[in-house]
Amino acid sequence: MVNTIPAAVSIVNVVKRFGSLQALRGVSLEIAQGEFFGLLGPNGAGKTTLISTLAGLSRPDAGFLRIMGHDVISDFREARRRLGVVPQELVFDPFFSVRETLRIQSGYFGIRNNDRWIDEILHNLDLTSKADANMRRLSGGMKRRVLVAQALVHKPPVIVLDEPTAGVDVELRQGLWQFIRRLNGEGHTIILTTHYLEEAEALCGRIGLMKQGQLVALDTTANLLATYPGASLEEVFVRTLRQ
Amino acid sequence: MIGFLTLFYKEFLRFWKVSFQTVAAPVLTALLYLLIFGHVLDAHVQVHGVPYTSFLIPGLVMMQVLQNAFANSSSSLIQAKITGSIVFVLLPPIPYGAFFAAYVLASVVRGLLVGLGVLLASLWFAELSLVSPLWVLAFALLSGALFGALGMIAGIWVEKFDQLAAFQNFLIMPLTMLSGVFYSIYSLPSFWQQLSHYNPVFYMIDGFRYGFFGASDVAPEFSLAVVVACLAVVSLLTLRLLQQGWKLRT
Repeated sequence: MVNTIPAAVSIVNVVKRFGSLQALRGVSLEIAQGEFFGLLGPNGAGKTTLISTLAGLSRPDAGFLRIMGHDVISDFREARRRLGVVPQELVFDPFFSVRETLRIQSGYFGIRNNDRWIDEILHNLDLTSKADANMRRLSGGMKRRVLVAQALVHKPPVIVLDEPTAGVDVELRQGLWQFIRRLNGEGHTIILTTHYLEEAEALCGRIGLMKQGQLVALDTTANLLATYPGASLEEVFVRTLRQ
Repeated sequence: MIGFLTLFYKEFLRFWKVSFQTVAAPVLTALLYLLIFGHVLDAHVQVHGVPYTSFLIPGLVMMQVLQNAFANSSSSLIQAKITGSIVFVLLPPIPYGAFFAAYVLASVVRGLLVGLGVLLASLWFAELSLVSPLWVLAFALLSGALFGALGMIAGIWVEKFDQLAAFQNFLIMPLTMLSGVFYSIYSLPSFWQQLSHYNPVFYMIDGFRYGFFGASDVAPEFSLAVVVACLAVVSLLTLRLLQQGWKLRT
């Protein structure tokens, strides 16, 4: 019997160059619906470039990428509807309050009257008391939470978190992971990049390890840990990259 | 459609929240021009048979419409690019046509609000006839849209605020100041008169002024054709840049 359920993310032989720098060297990867996937690698490995091509912020020079079966170039509207991205940089629009930011982001995705879901996100990210505060007045950690909220306003089936806990205190991290785990439990596919390998080890069912624009390891977290018995994911990470 | 409306609303809100700077300040600047030039020249100069202050008002109104329409889209895009918040409009599934329309419409609205403010405030200083409101409206809308689209190109193109300032000071400002805001081109020497015909802003101001006085340096139909042609070219270019994602998507 043929499996007709499309992969959450399908990446086939993607190449991306920036001048003489080859940022992605024929990356191929498939992530099933409902997975909690970790994309790891040192700085400059190509993780953010891969995410950017998936999100349509960057165009691949070769290969193709699909989100829930929709090509990110030829069928970009349907692909983008199904994707939520938490960017790595702490970016915000200084003109608006938290609630305005989330209402506007909902509207960009064609959603009106989204306040019930916005209230739920605000509650889960412990932002309710800041709903009417201007973005400029929030701390770095609070701004990071709003970025997560913005990625979730349209309830995307695929959520990419590009280092979402960088510079975030322990309490928020725990709250955030609790919420993301719940979303994953409800069927959302989660793709996580992080430098906190203990987080990846605890959360991700499968991990892809990138180095110099290539995937150098791709397996379940359990299998990767079994490669070097007794080693932590950090040790596996370091040893694999040395090879 | 909701994506377009939301982006327009956000762009409107962006300048409205700082309307003291984006609407009130340019109105005051225009009134200062009016006070100084009007006071000095009103008793000595008549153009097209109307007192100088009355002649000056439509030109100042249009100059503010153009400069503010340009400033709106260009400053919004460059600010979003520099702060990185441009990702919030690049990640959603907003078609590039809707993207273009939202930015241009918000620019036109800001330009018209400033223009209306200058017009209403200047009525304290001079009487103004309104021969053909439709010509006034047509030139204000089309010219505002043209400069809104130009502002988009500038906002997409430049990477730093000083580059945008150069664009404004060395292109937009001379084009508007040397377009007949303060004079009829027939008062210029022949060479400059001929050169003025190559400045599209001259046609915007001349046609706009025709709507007030029923008199202009060139036929308003011709001016309208020039403005429509320029708008079509600049719009197509902007849409092409957005479709390619030039300087927006790597």
